[in-house]
Amino acid sequence: MKRTENPRAWWLVLPVLAVVAFSALIPLMTVVNYSVQDIFGPGQRVFVGAEWFREILHDERLHSAFARQLGFTASVLSIELPLGVAIALAMPTRGAGVSACLVILALPLLIPWNVVGTIWQIFGRADIGLGGAFVHALGIDYNYAQNPADAWLTLLVMDVWHWTSLVALLAYAGLRAIPEAYYQAAQIDGAGAFGVFHHIQLPRLRGVLTIALLLRLMDSFVIYTEPFVLTGGGPGNATTFLSQYLARMAVGQFDLGPAAAFSLIYFLVILALCFVFFTVLTAGEER
Amino acid sequence: MTLHKRHVGLGIYFGFLLLPIYWMLNMSLRHNADILGSFQLLPLVPTLDNYATIVSDPSWYSGYLNSLAYVGINTLLSLAVALPAAYAFSRYRFLGDRHLFFWLLTNRMAPPAVFLLPFFQLYSTFGLIDTHLAVALAHCLFNVPLAVWILEGFMSGVPREIDEMAHLDGYRFPRFFVTIFLPTIRAGVGVTAFFCFMFSWVELLLARTLTTVHAKPIAAVMTRTVSAAGLDWGLLSAAGVLTILPGALVIWFVRHHLAKGLALGRV
Repeated sequence: MKRTENPRAWWLVLPVLAVVAFSALIPLMTVVNYSVQDIFGPGQRVFVGAEWFREILHDERLHSAFARQLGFTASVLSIELPLGVAIALAMPTRGAGVSACLVILALPLLIPWNVVGTIWQIFGRADIGLGGAFVHALGIDYNYAQNPADAWLTLLVMDVWHWTSLVALLAYAGLRAIPEAYYQAAQIDGAGAFGVFHHIQLPRLRGVLTIALLLRLMDSFVIYTEPFVLTGGGPGNATTFLSQYLARMAVGQFDLGPAAAFSLIYFLVILALCFVFFTVLTAGEER
Repeated sequence: MTLHKRHVGLGIYFGFLLLPIYWMLNMSLRHNADILGSFQLLPLVPTLDNYATIVSDPSWYSGYLNSLAYVGINTLLSLAVALPAAYAFSRYRFLGDRHLFFWLLTNRMAPPAVFLLPFFQLYSTFGLIDTHLAVALAHCLFNVPLAVWILEGFMSGVPREIDEMAHLDGYRFPRFFVTIFLPTIRAGVGVTAFFCFMFSWVELLLARTLTTVHAKPIAAVMTRTVSAAGLDWGLLSAAGVLTILPGALVIWFVRHHLAKGLALGRV
């Protein structure tokens, strides 16, 4: 859509700027402040320049946490996006079934994240959990608290359970927004189910899928609460992702300087990732 | 035939979605000794004791009220500031609009863990710690950008002719916005409110850090009481089930609206 030039539109944006300044900009400046100082206590601080940044960039454990994070995010995205679209395509388009499907789909999204962790903590236990007991009955020695691979898989399944609905709901909304005329045209042209998907549905889903991809990218990259409840980052460090590592550093050991430097690098990495995806995915639009 | 296969697949997926929730419901209806003592697919001796404990103990149920309070404030606040901004982004070009739009989104990407300590300091300075407002404001960090984003999408779907017609008819902007434009995108407003509610309701890290007693969210009450009681699975499950209820209710009330809203007014 064509947009007109209007400098006064800034006034409409002002309330948002005020709120975001208070809830994001000022705190972020505080983090920047921490990142270049060594803080011993109230009023006792020394300017240390880029020392914390150097320390963080050479931290081996951080490198492995970063690698784990990338692996987790990539796995989550490559499962949830196709699965979400498939579910949206399989959903009924009219009738009473629609409401029921939407309600069931939306359910996991509205469960507090620590409760999601709790649900899977219970479900995955071999002694009292249905899922854990079932896997055990298959003869697999499954224990998410002791076996790193099991812990990692449980987290992956939990995340798919938790978040695929978001992709599915967005894709479903996108599908419903395609005018009937498009399908009629495809029918006249004799397109099969795959042709319709490839030439009509997928291109029209681009907008919502961009949103879905960015949301899942950001959220899986900062995942904290669910692993914290389920595995606590263990066994060992097998499921210690970046936010876990950061929280341990900032709140556990109270290393404010390194934690702040890490925060800024962390933030910049997410920013860069999202910017690349955002630019690539919206390259064709008028904006 | 393909239709049939699709429905089977959908059914299996829904089973996968519902089973873990059912299992928690099952646990919540049993005593802890019973849970640890035997494995039952259906609770043989169902009991509501766990729920009774929660409903009758103020330290439990006040957690629910606190959560609802800050979620409500946050949703209203996010909508109020995001509506005009989304309109500006969808209709006008102005200096730095693209950069501003992207900068807003970056706040949605910020790891909440990054903001823990600065938030605590900032809100202490303003005496906001342990108030509902503090959590509501903190959640604006991710909800305001999201609201702007969703609303901008909905507004861009409304033809400009509506704005121009109203202008020709002599409507001034505020009146046009409230009486004509808002009703046109009310589905979008509903969806946005839903998403704000959702992300504020499920967040724990910030909510727990910024509250101590009077505004403590239910999710934090859960973690504390559980560690003190030495993992009472039944009670934990009952509290978990009760945190699902408000969400389920919200979905239930907006379900028609949600389908319609998500589909940009079609269906």
